[in-house]
Amino acid sequence: MKTSKTVRCMSFLFMFILLFLTTGCADNYIVLDPKGPIGEQQKDLMILSTLLTLIVIVPVLILTFVIVWRYRDRKGRKAKYTPDWEHSTKLEIIWWGIPIIIITLIGIVTVRYTYSLEPSKPLESEKKPITIQVTNLDWKWLFQYPEQGIATVNYVQFPEDVPVRFEVTSDAPMNSFWIPQLGGQIYAMSGMSMTLYLQADEQGEYMGSGANFTGKEFAKMFFTANATSQEDFDQWVNQVKHTSPELTLDGYKELTKQGTSDVRYFSAFPEGLYEMTVTKYAASHNHGLSTRVQPPARVKE
Amino acid sequence: MWESVKEFASEFFVTGDPLIYGADVSIVLSIIAIVSVLTYFKKWGWLWREWLTTVDHKKIGIMYILASVLMLFRGGVDALLMRAQLVMPEMQFLSGDHYNQIFTTHGVIMILFMAMPLMFGLFNVIVPLQLGARDVAFPFLNALSFWLFFSGAMLFNLSFVIGGSPDAGWLAYPPYSELAFNPGPGQDFYIWGIQISGIGSLMTGINFIVTILKVRAPGMTLMKMPMFSWSVLSSCIAIVFAFPILTVTLALLFIDRYLGGHFFTLDGGGNPMMYINLIWMWGHPEVYIIVLPAFGIFSEIVATFSRKKLFGYKSMVFAMIIISVLSFLVWAHHFFTMGSGADVNAFFAVTTMLIAIPTGVKVFNWLFTMFRGKITFETPMLWTVGIIPNFVIGGMTGVLLSVAPADFQYHNSYFLIAHFHQVIIAGVVFGFFAGLYYWWPKIFGFKLNERIGRWAFWLWNIGFYLCFMPQYALGLMGMTRRLYTYGWDKGWFEMNLVSTIGAVIMGAAFLVQIWDIAHSIKHMKRDTTGDPWNARTLEWSIPSPAPFYNFAVMPQVTSQDDWHERKLRIEQGLEKPAKVELEPIHMPKNSGIPIVMSMFWFFVGFGLIFDWLWMAVPGFISVIACMVVHSFNYDTDYYVTVEEIKRTEAEAGRVIT
Repeated sequence: MKTSKTVRCMSFLFMFILLFLTTGCADNYIVLDPKGPIGEQQKDLMILSTLLTLIVIVPVLILTFVIVWRYRDRKGRKAKYTPDWEHSTKLEIIWWGIPIIIITLIGIVTVRYTYSLEPSKPLESEKKPITIQVTNLDWKWLFQYPEQGIATVNYVQFPEDVPVRFEVTSDAPMNSFWIPQLGGQIYAMSGMSMTLYLQADEQGEYMGSGANFTGKEFAKMFFTANATSQEDFDQWVNQVKHTSPELTLDGYKELTKQGTSDVRYFSAFPEGLYEMTVTKYAASHNHGLSTRVQPPARVKE
Repeated sequence: MWESVKEFASEFFVTGDPLIYGADVSIVLSIIAIVSVLTYFKKWGWLWREWLTTVDHKKIGIMYILASVLMLFRGGVDALLMRAQLVMPEMQFLSGDHYNQIFTTHGVIMILFMAMPLMFGLFNVIVPLQLGARDVAFPFLNALSFWLFFSGAMLFNLSFVIGGSPDAGWLAYPPYSELAFNPGPGQDFYIWGIQISGIGSLMTGINFIVTILKVRAPGMTLMKMPMFSWSVLSSCIAIVFAFPILTVTLALLFIDRYLGGHFFTLDGGGNPMMYINLIWMWGHPEVYIIVLPAFGIFSEIVATFSRKKLFGYKSMVFAMIIISVLSFLVWAHHFFTMGSGADVNAFFAVTTMLIAIPTGVKVFNWLFTMFRGKITFETPMLWTVGIIPNFVIGGMTGVLLSVAPADFQYHNSYFLIAHFHQVIIAGVVFGFFAGLYYWWPKIFGFKLNERIGRWAFWLWNIGFYLCFMPQYALGLMGMTRRLYTYGWDKGWFEMNLVSTIGAVIMGAAFLVQIWDIAHSIKHMKRDTTGDPWNARTLEWSIPSPAPFYNFAVMPQVTSQDDWHERKLRIEQGLEKPAKVELEPIHMPKNSGIPIVMSMFWFFVGFGLIFDWLWMAVPGFISVIACMVVHSFNYDTDYYVTVEEIKRTEAEAGRVIT
């Protein structure tokens, strides 16, 4: 009875996995608990594509168990044995056909979403988007608010229900800017300015992280993304403006040195700092995304 | 004087970590042990004549497999160290630097120095036998490929105790892998270790394409060729197109680092994206290169243990060729989130998904080979059946990842880590294990113990699910790859704990396998039939282990599964073992040049890593000298006499008159 034990163990294993995936603290699965329109659509897409693939996977898994069980070699077996049966055009058409249909469906859905979720595409909203410029440094995130004139490190705050236009670049090896509950990530690359629109529908503090390895203390590049009411946001900006020091060019150079950092606030930053960071590496690679390109400038020594 | 020696040593050797000192001691002890055993038993001459200078494809294959198992151990220890560091939040077991080195070496070793040589080992021991050939097309080149791989692997592993390991990830993305951020010799060890062994891989690819196309037994048309050989052919075609890209990419990175070039730097107009495109143009085909032969292995095993012809042979061949072509059209799916724009992302998302179609067809064909068969569950088949659900789930998550807009959420997260470990471990490693259990009696002349083999199978599988299923969950919890530490506030503790337990079980499974081998060597029962599984292809028609000239008489092939058909005809009395006329066999002579030349390549690499031109330049001149010497060597072959063939066959229990 060797084989039946095999199958029993197998089914036990799968029950176990199912148990595993369905229990536990559900609210930990932050990617599946989005708080903004982008994350929401990405979640829908994840679920839709999972269901479509399951149309093929589940029958295959069942078929595997049935076939292995039914055609195992044992005494008194009644199942048919056809040692030379090696081809059936009908069957082959079926299993070339089913994956082709499913993949076509997933493909169509993917292409549509790829265009509608293109990260640099503005979000539909009555409210005017707020711009936040993100710079990846070794090993910290610098956020600049060109409209408000303030800057922060490892902490970003914005009003709820307002589209946020993140412009992302890097003054260090490339990283990836990710706030899972609001939507997918975008790379922070030097010499480029990438645009990522996100929006929070609910107030709350969300985890943000650097998702691409950049060296020793990259594991400490977590930041908080805090979505508050418009009033709280304005009040916060006001407070930063009046109580925090200024970020000077020298201060920025200090920040670019390797090392981790606590949350910091700055009441002002050098004009055009973000654009200088981008153009410092390669003016030809900004993909036309940076709207306020300064004349070619290098951070002065 | 003493002071400067001390200063040199402290920079040259890796210091300051008890783990490393432990490794130093164990390396020195094992070298002493190996040298003394060889000297005591006076085995140096035997080692040199029988193994180090051999051009016999079967022996080269065995050396590949041995080296690969050693590397599996090394890579596995790396994996366990990582899982130990991640077992709970705020662990203080490894520092960030050390952790980065470990995940880098784990990745490089597992893909390039474990999976690749294990695959080449199986190519070498099996393909010529399946084709009814006496050797590969270029035996000398084959030996050179092995020794180049070996010196590359040794060079890479040396970084562990000398100079420091690379820490920029297994694909070494610039600018982090450039001099500005990575000044130590670790990254140069990476470049030269891979470069030297990569040249060997490219030569193996060429060698096996020619072997398969040119030295098949008479009558074996391409469409009568066993499926494993087909998979090797499609994999080798991908090698020949992909590996030159790797060679160039690493050469450019080396120019950046050594000669102050600016191909991929941040300054001077360099563009890191260029590297990322190039490395994935090699890197993505690479994963299909290693998985295609596993598909071939499954096909052979499924047919043999279902006692049935392989279902849908033509579909299988067609599917493999499509996969090897498509594999070159998908590389950009590794960076959907780097702002290529919707057009590019849509194209690469769709081409990536397309690969699921031929892969799915293969799974159906395996299932319908079992359908209406008589399935028995010896260890090779057990692995194959166990792989199907595993690989199907891994394939499904692959399709999920290929949905570009959703990939913005999966990218670089543990979901991705779980996916590629699932396809690479369950598809490739388990597939090669299945192949090893299957062909073991052909290679060594005895079967592995079935009972211990089953233990290993279950431990590997349970450990695997425990280790990687939680990582899918961790990905959805927002945990990203390569983090060496995380806080209690993230809620990632439980899943990481389970994952580490799974890794430990897989480690135990590896030890059980080693025990299986040791136990089977001790209690082996010689396989006298040459065909212990009642299999179907030509390699089983000769004694086990195969004599050095493989086939005493060249087989005449008339059908697919020729050996199976011949057995049937003999059973039905339609064919009698015919009287044959033995003829002297033409064989290649052994050569010491491959190992010597590879050793000089090692010196070239080592010299360039430490900027010691006094070592690199003479090393390179010696490499050239080896080539010149070999090109003037006209005494490269000999004939095996009929008497010796008769004697060898009689020893293997076959009388030829």
